[in-house]
Amino acid sequence: MTGTILQYVFYLAVLVILAVPLGAYIGKVMNGEKTFLSKLLNPCEKLVYKVTRVKSDEQMTWKKYAVSVILFSGIGFIFLFLLQLLQGVLPGNPQGLSGVSWDLSFNTAVSFITNTNWQAYSGESTLSYLTQAVGLTVQNFVSAATGIAVLFALIRGFIKVKANGLGSFWVDITRIIIHILLPINLVLAICLAGGGVVQSFKPAETVSLVEPIAVTADGTAIEDAVIDEKNNIVTVNGEIVMGAEIITEQVVPLGAAASQVAIKQTGTNGGGFYGVNSAHPLENPNPWTNILEMLSILLIPAALCFTFGRNVKNRRQGLAIFTAMFICLALALGSIAVSEQVATPQLSQNGAVNILAENQAGGNMEGKETRFGIASSSTWTAFTTAASNGSVNAMHDSYTPMGGMVAMLLIQLGEVVFGGVGCGLYGMLAFAILTVFIAGLMVGRTPEFLGKKIEPFEMKWAVLVCLATPIAILVSSGIAAAIPSVADSLNNSGAHGFSEMLYAFSSAGGNNGSAFAGFNGNTVFLNVTLGIVMLFSRFLPIIGTLAIAGSLAGKKRIATTAGTLSTTNGLFVFLLVFVVILIGALSFFPALALGPIAEFFSSIA
Amino acid sequence: MSEKTKGTLTNKKMVGRAIKDSFIKLNPRIQAKNPVMLLVYISAILTTILAIVALFGLRDAGIGYTLAIAVILWFTVIFANFAEAIAEGRGKAQADSLRAAKKDVEAHQILDLDKKDNIICVSSSKLKKDDIIIVKAGEQIPADGDVIDGAASVDESAITGESAPVIRESGGDRSAVTGGTTVLSDWLVIKVTSEAGESFLDKMIAMVEGASRKKTPNEIALQIFLVALSIIFILVTMSLYTYSVFSAKQAGIANPTSITTLVALLVCLAPTTIGALLSAIGIAGMSRLNQANVLAMSGRAIEAAGDVDILMLDKTGTITLGNRQAYAFCPVDGTSSEELADASQLSSLADETPEGRSVVILAKEQFGIRGRKLSDKNMEFVPFTAATRMSGVNFDGNEIRKGAADSVKEYVIENGGIYSKECDDAVKEISNQGGTPLVVAKNHKVLGVIHLKDIIKQGVQEKFADMRKMGIKTIMITGDNPLTAAAIAAEAGVDDFLAEATPEGKLKMIRDFQTKGHLVAMTGDGTNDAPALAQADVAVAMNTGTQAAKEAGNMVDLDSSPTKLIEIVRIGKQLLMTRGSLTTFSIANDLAKYFAIIPALFLGIYPELSALNIMSLHSSQSAVLSAIIYNALIIVALIPLALKGVKYREVSASKLLKRNLLVYGLGGFIAPFIFIKLIDIILVALGLA
Repeated sequence: MTGTILQYVFYLAVLVILAVPLGAYIGKVMNGEKTFLSKLLNPCEKLVYKVTRVKSDEQMTWKKYAVSVILFSGIGFIFLFLLQLLQGVLPGNPQGLSGVSWDLSFNTAVSFITNTNWQAYSGESTLSYLTQAVGLTVQNFVSAATGIAVLFALIRGFIKVKANGLGSFWVDITRIIIHILLPINLVLAICLAGGGVVQSFKPAETVSLVEPIAVTADGTAIEDAVIDEKNNIVTVNGEIVMGAEIITEQVVPLGAAASQVAIKQTGTNGGGFYGVNSAHPLENPNPWTNILEMLSILLIPAALCFTFGRNVKNRRQGLAIFTAMFICLALALGSIAVSEQVATPQLSQNGAVNILAENQAGGNMEGKETRFGIASSSTWTAFTTAASNGSVNAMHDSYTPMGGMVAMLLIQLGEVVFGGVGCGLYGMLAFAILTVFIAGLMVGRTPEFLGKKIEPFEMKWAVLVCLATPIAILVSSGIAAAIPSVADSLNNSGAHGFSEMLYAFSSAGGNNGSAFAGFNGNTVFLNVTLGIVMLFSRFLPIIGTLAIAGSLAGKKRIATTAGTLSTTNGLFVFLLVFVVILIGALSFFPALALGPIAEFFSSIA
Repeated sequence: MSEKTKGTLTNKKMVGRAIKDSFIKLNPRIQAKNPVMLLVYISAILTTILAIVALFGLRDAGIGYTLAIAVILWFTVIFANFAEAIAEGRGKAQADSLRAAKKDVEAHQILDLDKKDNIICVSSSKLKKDDIIIVKAGEQIPADGDVIDGAASVDESAITGESAPVIRESGGDRSAVTGGTTVLSDWLVIKVTSEAGESFLDKMIAMVEGASRKKTPNEIALQIFLVALSIIFILVTMSLYTYSVFSAKQAGIANPTSITTLVALLVCLAPTTIGALLSAIGIAGMSRLNQANVLAMSGRAIEAAGDVDILMLDKTGTITLGNRQAYAFCPVDGTSSEELADASQLSSLADETPEGRSVVILAKEQFGIRGRKLSDKNMEFVPFTAATRMSGVNFDGNEIRKGAADSVKEYVIENGGIYSKECDDAVKEISNQGGTPLVVAKNHKVLGVIHLKDIIKQGVQEKFADMRKMGIKTIMITGDNPLTAAAIAAEAGVDDFLAEATPEGKLKMIRDFQTKGHLVAMTGDGTNDAPALAQADVAVAMNTGTQAAKEAGNMVDLDSSPTKLIEIVRIGKQLLMTRGSLTTFSIANDLAKYFAIIPALFLGIYPELSALNIMSLHSSQSAVLSAIIYNALIIVALIPLALKGVKYREVSASKLLKRNLLVYGLGGFIAPFIFIKLIDIILVALGLA
């Protein structure tokens, strides 16, 4: 048991150790300060401005900034949408895959520009190499960069006094990609490829199986089959199975996976190169690649907390926000880990099997890879749902009711426990504004945060930023529940079936993108609804954050006195955690009661 | 206010009026102003319709149950109305008595200042700005104005509640008169400054009645938050209906969730407690300010008072007792103390200023020198004049003078006397200690110096220390020289001071603080204070002050008390704290309500969810009823708190937060668990569920 606990502690410790220096580096880059890569990268940055004719000193108002973000994402959407429709006639398609249907193209394009990476398809069998490389991978970079850029507009809103410029979106996004995302991913991709992740442009290869298997006409494997390869006869218990087919070869899907996997993890994108994401042995072959991929989920989101503190010139504030997120993460991770380790009475056969045994995998191993085990799977699950990443190395559908619920709840909280790159932190700052508002009133002052007064304008947008996710999830899942055809997409019935549906909409509403495997999302209705949900919960908070940033930048700074509510002490951190959990719980308690909670109580009943 | 109305809740007349008003407020147009309560209002209408429809056989749930929910929801709305009405009640009573003072009287207009007997009678409602009127003893002043001629004692009790008459005279800072007050003696010639309907009294009536009450920015921000929460809960309950249909289908049973129960859940979850009390809290805050005899010109000003972190306080009256007092006799050049005291007393006998009187008292206390009458020795009193800057007495050829050091020095040397270094040193020593030296000379010979000292009010040090803990800096404003000011500032424990203060100096200081991000509060009365008052974030004008000062300030202190500022800050903070605490309480309540209603809702689909019924409530119906009854009753229970405001302490922000979180946050979690269970037990005992 101690070994397992040490494993969790190790993951969290390494994360913090890496995040602190990276935070400082990002802060320097965004302020235009000198870093060890400046000499190499600054000329590239300047070249981009020259080619694109971007004025590098432009100060955009919040509205112009917002329009730029939307324009940029809009163009990305159109490009990606057309690319998928037309991939059949475009080059870079050695598999000869045909064009994607309009609804799936819409869903996938939206999914990638919103940094969600919900995948209603299987990458290896649906998308061409060209689509993956110039479509998805590009969006993996730019959608991540967009989130970070918006965060920096907000940071400038806090620092500036009586100003109306928030910096230039084009400069921000260029810097983020050139100085932050490209170097990190280059290093990571090389490490992953070195660790065994596929990186090739060859079409899928065919290899011989060590041992042939027999399947029926509809492709189901036949158990206890005796195979006579020479005569092409399959027998079971001496009886010949008619129409059986003997399989001797296997297709090994290839592609430029390592490079895409790197950005899918660091940019909190999560869209797998292969359908089963990082549970696939070619996408995540061993514990070494697993640690790399897992830690890179939270690396940038965690680092940005320290960047925030550094750049608003209040390191304690950055630390306080980080601590609040860390506490939520640790609580969630603890709950998932315990639930999975203890498993369910059904799995332990009412005590007949000792699933808590020290030196064996034990616990609930269903849906998990044996090469990772409980600890690495639980940690990944907590990380990927805390951040709006959505990549998986185990199937959340097969988690215990409580383990699966915590994962779902992390998404439903609005993806603010580290969350997506940039967007997690600006979402959390909106929650901080709400917290400051309530707490500020309780000490008898009109509320202020980092010296800026919180007034009706900020409140209006802050509640929209915080509530966009719950609104999106509740409305869409509410409608879906009323539509009879949705029930056909479920893999299970009863409370677990409800969980599958709720998880799908939560995943889209939280811009997470992971799936409770088992739910078939590729129907016209689901593709379109989930697409709209993703757009809503991505762009409403972006606009809200920029509006807040614009308004804050125009305000004067209030002096700090003993009567000012401290937003850096333990009490505030506690309150912030509390407000985040409370709003999530109040919004989703009834829904969760019908899903995982009902399932949990029936499993122990 | 002429009728101090205390013990609001016990005042039967007021409660009666409030009950009547709570029904009048059922008007949809009034309900529409409060979105959260509008939601309850619509829910009440919806459940009533459901109950009526049920009579004709279209049943959503049990007819008695639906009816019970409808009735409770109506009560919830009425309770909220009552909270607002009772808060307004106090103001309405004040307004009534003010209206009594504001009657139409005959005004005596004059056209020429030199012909005061040539009057034209007009109705006070017809008076225009800049008209000139004369008011004689026993007459009511018909309109607000400035005295341009004459002096008179005026009874202002109709406005201030203070029965002692005040002097109003032309020129200076006591020239403003208010319509509705009465001249007791002599006469005044007044230039009208406001027209009928815009007078101070009209504004005052509107303010205390709450008629012109606008939502403050902070109230709007809070309302946005509450509306957002309500929207989420509307979505929660609506999606819950389809979830329930979905889950029931999966379980293969009929949908057990009734609309009635969902509406009940919605009302329980919506922040109705704070929604119902929000406007009452605002009105009560204003009312508390009125009771402190301060009239705020807007609700914004009260909230700003809570944010103030710099208080500019006038030294006199706030920090020190009104006047300097004789503290010691310092004889010089070989004179004995007694001799000096004797001469000082003689020179001060006819001096009616507080300083003069204190000299007589000190002489008596220290040396037993009895009072003598001026007539005794044929004494001739020489009063203080601006030219000589000395006062004194002449008797039997003797000449005693006392006054400021430099003027006495000039007087002594001019008359061939000596102004010794010893005297000079004594003067400097007293100045250094923050005192005022008063040199006494008899027959052109310096006897010594009287040490006049500012007496610091009792308890001010503690008060300022408390302020500091709350993060409020106190600045002393004084006309004294920097040396004196520094000494007094140190003794009183203020954070900073502005010596030799001029109106420009005050204005500059306020601006400097504001650029550094501070919010500044000050009081003022003179016309020359007007620019500073206009600049300050919270500006309290004295009622005795000039019209210009009153116009510039955003509050008027009817008592004209310089310490009022501290109380205003307290009321402002209390108002915000009450809002925050009740919001926290309201939201914290939701957890228990979920635990009451969710198991009740879904027991039909998943019987195992009864594990969530941790209060072990009797049945689904009793659970829902208990929760919603609690939800209604808690509004009534919290009305006194909303009116009184939460307890206020002068401690740091984090201590305040900790305390309020414990009381209203933790209390808000626990209270509903206890009371919902209690109500459930009572309902079962009464056989109602």
